[in-house]
Amino acid sequence: MSLEHFLNQAVSSWMSEEGPDSDIVLSTRIRLARNFEQYKFPTLFSHEEAKKVITEMEQLLETSSLQKFGQMELLKIEEMQPLQKRVLVEKHLISPHLAEDSPYGAVLLTENEEVSIMINEEDHIRIQCLFPGLQLAEALHAANEIDDWLERHIQYAFDEKYGYLTSCPTNVGTGIRASVMMHLPGLVLTQQMNRIIPAINQLGHVVRGIYGEGSEALGNIFQISNQITLGKSEEDICRDLMGVVSQLISQERSAREALRKTSNIQLEDRVFRSLGVLTNSRIIESKEAARCLSDVRLGIDMGYIHQMSKSILNELMILTQPGFLQQYAGVQLRAHERDIRRATLIRERLKMESEKIIGEE
Amino acid sequence: MLCQECNQRPAALHFTKIVNGEKTEVNLCEVCAQEKSEMLMFNGQSGFNFNNLLAGLLNIDPSFQKPSQSPFQQEEVLHCEHCSMTFPQFLKIGRFGCAHCYETFKDQLQPVLRRLHSGNWTHNGKIPKRIGGDLHLRKQIDDLKVSLQECISREEFEKAAKIRDEIRNLERKLAGNVGGGE
Repeated sequence: MSLEHFLNQAVSSWMSEEGPDSDIVLSTRIRLARNFEQYKFPTLFSHEEAKKVITEMEQLLETSSLQKFGQMELLKIEEMQPLQKRVLVEKHLISPHLAEDSPYGAVLLTENEEVSIMINEEDHIRIQCLFPGLQLAEALHAANEIDDWLERHIQYAFDEKYGYLTSCPTNVGTGIRASVMMHLPGLVLTQQMNRIIPAINQLGHVVRGIYGEGSEALGNIFQISNQITLGKSEEDICRDLMGVVSQLISQERSAREALRKTSNIQLEDRVFRSLGVLTNSRIIESKEAARCLSDVRLGIDMGYIHQMSKSILNELMILTQPGFLQQYAGVQLRAHERDIRRATLIRERLKMESEKIIGEE
Repeated sequence: MLCQECNQRPAALHFTKIVNGEKTEVNLCEVCAQEKSEMLMFNGQSGFNFNNLLAGLLNIDPSFQKPSQSPFQQEEVLHCEHCSMTFPQFLKIGRFGCAHCYETFKDQLQPVLRRLHSGNWTHNGKIPKRIGGDLHLRKQIDDLKVSLQECISREEFEKAAKIRDEIRNLERKLAGNVGGGE
């Protein structure tokens, strides 16, 4: 498979397109947790109930559709290859929990992969909308549209006092998790992040790494999301998150300006060294790759590097994950082999960028 | 002791698993453990995550649902009639069994919810359309009252008057609903 063909297949719109504030915000996600009233939650449900949930969703798909979101496809976890599942996890379309611990799980995907609906994960239904850049209101709107559509056909578990009932009480009420993925190299380089994270936590928000709970902030990428789901409206939750995110954006911008003023040449040196590593290395570990990709992206944003797509960080952070590398290679790879493949893939992808420039000239 | 995977490096991780009395021992070096954990779980960097393993072990098997209480134990453990989950079980796995659990455990639930949601324990967001009209009206009125206060504090009295009228309208409608609801 040629790299170009692979990219066309592998890259979803949120990874390649640019959205508002996309120099700092990579993507925005809204997730709504919902459950059928008549079935036990996936923690305890029987095989029959699990199957019924899936059948109901299948019937719903046959009888009605949401024009706006296009064709949807239902994929069952039990019918998927381990590698296929892993790739979906790496693209943030399904959770590790659905891939590994949900034998009756399934996912509904739209063609552009902006919307994914996980079925029989921790809750019966989890609606997810993933948008490029900072688009909390837009993503919430889309998620609500899908929710309204499902609600016409499904009797949701809902209580006047507690709102939407979820398997875990941390999600009850609105069932919403709004999260924003941010690239914050300026705040990390100026060593402000350690001070900022506790402050964000105090405001009722959670900071995580790129692959969710327990993961590290690889490539200076942080995920900020709401913790509280009960007692506030969906709009208020998004507005509060927006407040934190805009603060972070302006702090990151001033950190970058401060860096430019105080250590311009050191920063430029760092950026081009990292570009050198990416364009020349033959073996590269994911941590080093993430660090260099972050530097290069910062270099593009700050104007040191010209004519290179900004999406290179989003794209390569995802495409150099173990699952994708193995899919591209078409075989299972050991850690050491993956490091070699990763270096090759990054080199090829960067070559495509320089060829593009020559082509334009 | 050598690592059982590669037979080259000394084993650094020793793991004993006992399932139904059957004992399995795993001895791995760090490199192989890393490899194995990458294949098992999705966090590529953190290696063996014993918390994950523990959480998995704590997961209650469905066959465990009916508590095997001794006949001499008189005290009735509160359990959900629909899914037979008990409160201690809930505390252990942190997940409810079904929608009815919220009603069953409502007395115990309030402090839990308050702790989780910074003091909140009632829903204030979206309401499914199929739920009776009253709830929607009441929420609309509540929302308007908030914006009324905002208008007054900004001294936008003309706008405030309009909102006040709208609230009165809705309240009349609500009263009408109650009267003619039967």
